[in-house]
Amino acid sequence: MTTVRIPPTLRPDADGQREVTAGGSTVREVLGEVGERFPRLGARILDNGNIAAFVNVYVGGEDIRTQDGLETAVAEGSTVILLPAMAGGAG
Amino acid sequence: MSQVEQSLELDAPAARELLARDENAVLVDVRGEDEWAGGFIPGAVLVPLRELTERIGDVVPDRSRNVVLYCAVGARSLRGARALAELGYERPVSLAGGIVDWLTRGYPSTLERTLEPEQRERYSRHVLIPEVGEAGQLKLLDTSMLLIGAGGLGSPSALYLAAAGVGRLGIVDDDVVDESNLQRQVLHSTARLGEPKAESAKRTLTELNPDVEVLTFQERITSENVDRILAEGWDVIVDGADNFPTRYLINDASVWHDIPVVHGSIYRFEGQTTVFKPHDGPCYRCLFPQPPPPELAPSCAEGGVLGVLPGVIGSLQANEALKLALGAGDPLIGRLLLFDALSTSFTEVAIRRDAGCPVCGDNPTITEYVDYVQFCAAQ
Repeated sequence: MTTVRIPPTLRPDADGQREVTAGGSTVREVLGEVGERFPRLGARILDNGNIAAFVNVYVGGEDIRTQDGLETAVAEGSTVILLPAMAGGAG
Repeated sequence: MSQVEQSLELDAPAARELLARDENAVLVDVRGEDEWAGGFIPGAVLVPLRELTERIGDVVPDRSRNVVLYCAVGARSLRGARALAELGYERPVSLAGGIVDWLTRGYPSTLERTLEPEQRERYSRHVLIPEVGEAGQLKLLDTSMLLIGAGGLGSPSALYLAAAGVGRLGIVDDDVVDESNLQRQVLHSTARLGEPKAESAKRTLTELNPDVEVLTFQERITSENVDRILAEGWDVIVDGADNFPTRYLINDASVWHDIPVVHGSIYRFEGQTTVFKPHDGPCYRCLFPQPPPPELAPSCAEGGVLGVLPGVIGSLQANEALKLALGAGDPLIGRLLLFDALSTSFTEVAIRRDAGCPVCGDNPTITEYVDYVQFCAAQ
């Protein structure tokens, strides 16, 4: 199984969970399973079968945009990080 | 000390005045070659004490001239002045306190600048570290850093940068101190409620370290004023902004002005920090080509933030900014550090420069400021 970390702003779409586990050997399979369990989250992060432009996805510390995109291999026991930008700082 | 001895010595202010007044006065350094090589008073000629009586006739044939001798602290040069008096020189004097006292007064020399005695004390824990040392501390005192925001992130970073002796700090903030800020914005205080944050920050930082010059910009940074503010000459930008339009604006401006940005952002229990060094690594647009849609981009005012979180992330930003200024260690260039306060864990992910980036890529398509509010709202 793979651990998928959910950022704070997307947690309301994942029953408030900080991380979820899912099966699959590629990012597409893992996020597909997450999207089936949490359809609103799936709709946010997957856009016509691609990753939404505002979300970065990391596997093994590397951005999948610099790897094989959604086809990037996910090893058993690894962690997938979903990461949108955060603005907060001063206010 | 006898009357004669007294007349053979001049203190540094009197000696400096004499040298300025009498253009025929001769300044003689009686130290050794090694000491001379380390730096000397401009205009001096080197005649080591052991050669003085033998060579002075060539250097100063006219015995009626003013001759000022100096060494390190004034002992050898006093012996030299006595020797010249015995040779018939009419006005030989020794610089009391030597070049050491001269330098302490900040008088000109070819020596590398040194810390003032009070600075040596204030920064002693820095000077002790080989990676900083006296040269590094002088570098920090010569460094200018611009802080975007004197709020959650800006508070700890500004405090540590001022304490560290960064010589010039710019503070951009158009806000006033509000009661809801005080849970985390440690630059300010209850007594300062309603005061402009930039001014409150300046007072706190100047009281902490009078060595630091604080410039305040009581305005929100925009496409219209960013070039004017950056033209003040900054070595590093510390970004603690609270909204996406400002983040993208700072990014584009920093790429075009070639100024590294130490980025920090926070939300609830989580923070991120990295260093964007133009052309050396990725920029903010390489990392986040697009901001999230507005409903997924709440500010801390909307979503909340643990008070200590900006303390952690802002301190990390100060650490990166100091490393950039010192040229020490490995800055977070191309590395995004994620902090989770609930699990107390750090995670690092790689960021790569995007050759197709519209601002720092090989063929940029954005070459002037855009409407950043519209850019962020349109996503």
